[in-house]
Amino acid sequence: MNLSITKYCSIKNGKVFVDGVEYFSSNEDKLNPFIKEFYRSEKPGYSKFFKMDDISKLGFMATEMLLKDFNKEVSPDKFSIVLSNSKSTLVTDQNFQDTVDKEDEIPSPAIFVYTLPNIMIGEISIRHNLKGENAFFINKNFDSNFISNYVHSLFCNQKTDCCIAGWVDYSNDKYEAFVYLVEKECCNKVANHNNEEINKLYKK
Amino acid sequence: MEKQELIEQLKLQIIEQLNLEDIEPSDIGNDEPLFGDGLGLDSIDALELIVLLEKEYGIKVEDPKEGKKIFVSVTTLADFIIANKK
Amino acid sequence: MQRRVLITGLGTISSIGMNIEETLDSLLNKRSGIKKSKNLQSVHKDDFVFGEIPLTLSELKDMLNIPQHEAYSRTSLLAMLAAKEAVDNAGISDINKYRTGFLSASTVGGMDRSELYYSDFLTNDTQNKYIDSHHCGDHTEKVADLLGIKDFTSTISTACSSSINTIMFGARLIKLGILDRVIAGGVDSLSKFTLNGFNTLMILDREHCRPFDETRSGLNLGEGAGYVVLEADDIIEKEGKTAICELKGYANANDAFHQTASSPTGEGAFLAMTKALKLSGLNKDDISYINVHGTGTGNNDLSEGIAMKRVFGENIPPFSSTKGYTGHTLGAAGSIETIFGALAIKHNTIFPNLNFVNTIEEIGIRPETDIITNREIKNVLSNSFGFGGNNSTLIISKI
Repeated sequence: MNLSITKYCSIKNGKVFVDGVEYFSSNEDKLNPFIKEFYRSEKPGYSKFFKMDDISKLGFMATEMLLKDFNKEVSPDKFSIVLSNSKSTLVTDQNFQDTVDKEDEIPSPAIFVYTLPNIMIGEISIRHNLKGENAFFINKNFDSNFISNYVHSLFCNQKTDCCIAGWVDYSNDKYEAFVYLVEKECCNKVANHNNEEINKLYKK
Repeated sequence: MEKQELIEQLKLQIIEQLNLEDIEPSDIGNDEPLFGDGLGLDSIDALELIVLLEKEYGIKVEDPKEGKKIFVSVTTLADFIIANKK
Repeated sequence: MQRRVLITGLGTISSIGMNIEETLDSLLNKRSGIKKSKNLQSVHKDDFVFGEIPLTLSELKDMLNIPQHEAYSRTSLLAMLAAKEAVDNAGISDINKYRTGFLSASTVGGMDRSELYYSDFLTNDTQNKYIDSHHCGDHTEKVADLLGIKDFTSTISTACSSSINTIMFGARLIKLGILDRVIAGGVDSLSKFTLNGFNTLMILDREHCRPFDETRSGLNLGEGAGYVVLEADDIIEKEGKTAICELKGYANANDAFHQTASSPTGEGAFLAMTKALKLSGLNKDDISYINVHGTGTGNNDLSEGIAMKRVFGENIPPFSSTKGYTGHTLGAAGSIETIFGALAIKHNTIFPNLNFVNTIEEIGIRPETDIITNREIKNVLSNSFGFGGNNSTLIISKI
């Protein structure tokens, strides 16, 4: 089955690229102020954004770029999400652990709920009403071969008509999102969905 | 502390504790529902408000179901604090 | 013709048994593993009861002949014991005779060690070896090394449905011809981290959990590991082996409702069960037993019950939650309960839902409360639902 990538977005080092073109940039180097600045410039009108942990905010804004002008009819249960990273939710885990260890602190339920990487997928699913298959993999690096095979199998099983895939990783001083939208072969593609081309987009 | 003063303080604390960055204290009506249609808070926010009560006012709520009565509005929350503060 | 995927080996460790034999014995004797904790180091330790494995880190290392100074988290050790049992149970002596993969799930990874040494990492480097064992993929690599698996490993982290998702992924890799055999499952160990987290969510019961009971007030945390060996039918034929059961259906869907709470209509659970049934080619009347997710929280059991009524109508098959035995083992729950399902098929037995007395008024459905041995168990449906709306269903069948 031939699949196409119809849009992609990368966010790192204070810059947002959509389909390889610079879309937004900021002088903020820390993720939290940067991603909030990007939200305020983009105005998605979704105040729950501010309650998310920082990695979810990053994944949320990256996928906003993929879906904000998306107007095809896709059945919610055939819209899948496959993401990966290397550090799971390390920063949030540390934030939570700090509240557990300090005697004068009370552990925060709102932080705890974000100590799982697939909560980011949940947030994206709620935002766009996506009910298809989800997976979150922990890999050392972005493994385009692995993820593209997994996504391919979802389409082959007829479980999926559309899929968000990629890499969203965050540790104390470094953040990186690379996400793309995969559809069945169509005319508005920006690349073919195969290992080689995904890697090319990732390294751009 | 006067009740009105407590209400204003609570609004600031709620905004801070629940990360309601798009909301100003004046956006929260004293008797406006905090959950459902009002501020649109959810079950996790209710748990965070329980944490707020313990941290800021030393009041422990053991049963999350109690929260439903306490967190109807900022006014009911203030009444609860006045009645239970040691 | 498409390859069929069969289950040929089982391995598990939890508070009700160090292996399959002990586990089955506990299940058949209604022996719960939930009690006060011995090993946890937390101020909340005595406030709650746990499905804890009664062995220390050092005892676990001894069982595996691992030198005490080496950096193995509790999570890794539990995974190693269960995965090794599964491979032995499947009668596999030469692991690399066929293309074999190891897929594992965990939600806390090596947290059991890192939380003990976290504050020392910067000032005292004697325990810094445990930094590398923190991440969720560490136990996967340690198990793969132990088993000698070189072809394929992967780690999934999708909360409490994680380990069903590894089994589903393994089945696909076999069907696609990428691998011939997969050892799949999950592991989690008790930690102060999860205890505090679930405590802040106010969904821990101080007493034994009461899944599907009107008076339920939360879950008990447990720990454990469970792995199944999946093999392609052609390999089994070549080896002249017999399988325990067949993996016929599986599906995953997102509830798209809330970060942690299940929707009032049980949409994600409904989609997962419906899609798994469709893939299995079975009718809903063919299901002999459902091992429900049934955590004992107000929200899960009500939502899951509603979803089951949507799928099965008024004729819901016999069902039970086995979390009254093991507690909620989080990332290991799905695979441990798949193993319980396989044992149900093998021994034609339904294991009871412990601690149930009162029917939930809103749904009016009753789980099985006694051991049932007088009927054939042909097809078992098993549910596992996780935070983030990640809902999965698996269906296994008698051959």
